[in-house]
Amino acid sequence: MIASDVLIAQNIGFAIIAALMIFGAIRVVTTNNVVHAALWLVVVLAGAAAQYILLAAEFVAVTQVLVYIGAVMVLFLFGTMLTRARIGAEKDLNNKNWFIGLPVAGLLLATMIIALNDGFGDEKMPADAEVFTTQQVSDQIFGPYLLPFWALSFLLLAAVIGAIVLARRD
Amino acid sequence: MFVNQFLMLAAILFCIGVYGVIVRKNAVLVLMSIELILNSVNINLIAFSLRNGTADGHTFALYVIAVAAAEVGVGLAMVLLMYRNRRSVGLDELSGMKG
Repeated sequence: MIASDVLIAQNIGFAIIAALMIFGAIRVVTTNNVVHAALWLVVVLAGAAAQYILLAAEFVAVTQVLVYIGAVMVLFLFGTMLTRARIGAEKDLNNKNWFIGLPVAGLLLATMIIALNDGFGDEKMPADAEVFTTQQVSDQIFGPYLLPFWALSFLLLAAVIGAIVLARRD
Repeated sequence: MFVNQFLMLAAILFCIGVYGVIVRKNAVLVLMSIELILNSVNINLIAFSLRNGTADGHTFALYVIAVAAAEVGVGLAMVLLMYRNRRSVGLDELSGMKG
């Protein structure tokens, strides 16, 4: 069966990308070097873009690459280099009582896994799903979701002005 | 492909992000952990969009990306301001409002 072969290939791709993303995310929160953390974050964000393509969301994947890997990462690296005298490993990045984070994150994960297994079990994605076109997405944005889009425009304007006002030297 | 595998991946990334927010002291690293959390939410939205066969999730994911970009811009401006005033970006030193 061709269809099942395709699905197996998709599953293998999902597993590889997911493992890379989880490893990258763990490195982001454990590494001792701020620049390395930013670069591991690139791995996670690129993996997310790949998952979007796997989930038939091409436009969102391209937007993810443009906005996150293009713009946000440059902002992060600028922020790191503007606030750091030196670039390299540092000791003082974690809180003193960092071990409290482990049970909190573990309990949260256990709760979510139980809830997800309860709710979705072995429900499958529709196998004959078509790729979502950009036209469908734009019909949504400029149709029923026009008001949130306007609100978002004002939010971005406010954020740009706010960032300039905050970072300005006077 | 199961629906659950994407939701599980998103849950794991979300928890790693929460761990980062709790553990990290450096403000830039806390912002990166928040990005992890927002990304896991986006994976959920896109997965449900494919499951339901509508493009609503894509719209919301794009809105979340835009909000995250705005958040990072303002957040890093605040970090810069904090560094300029205190010569450090440690969040535990921001105790000026403590009585």
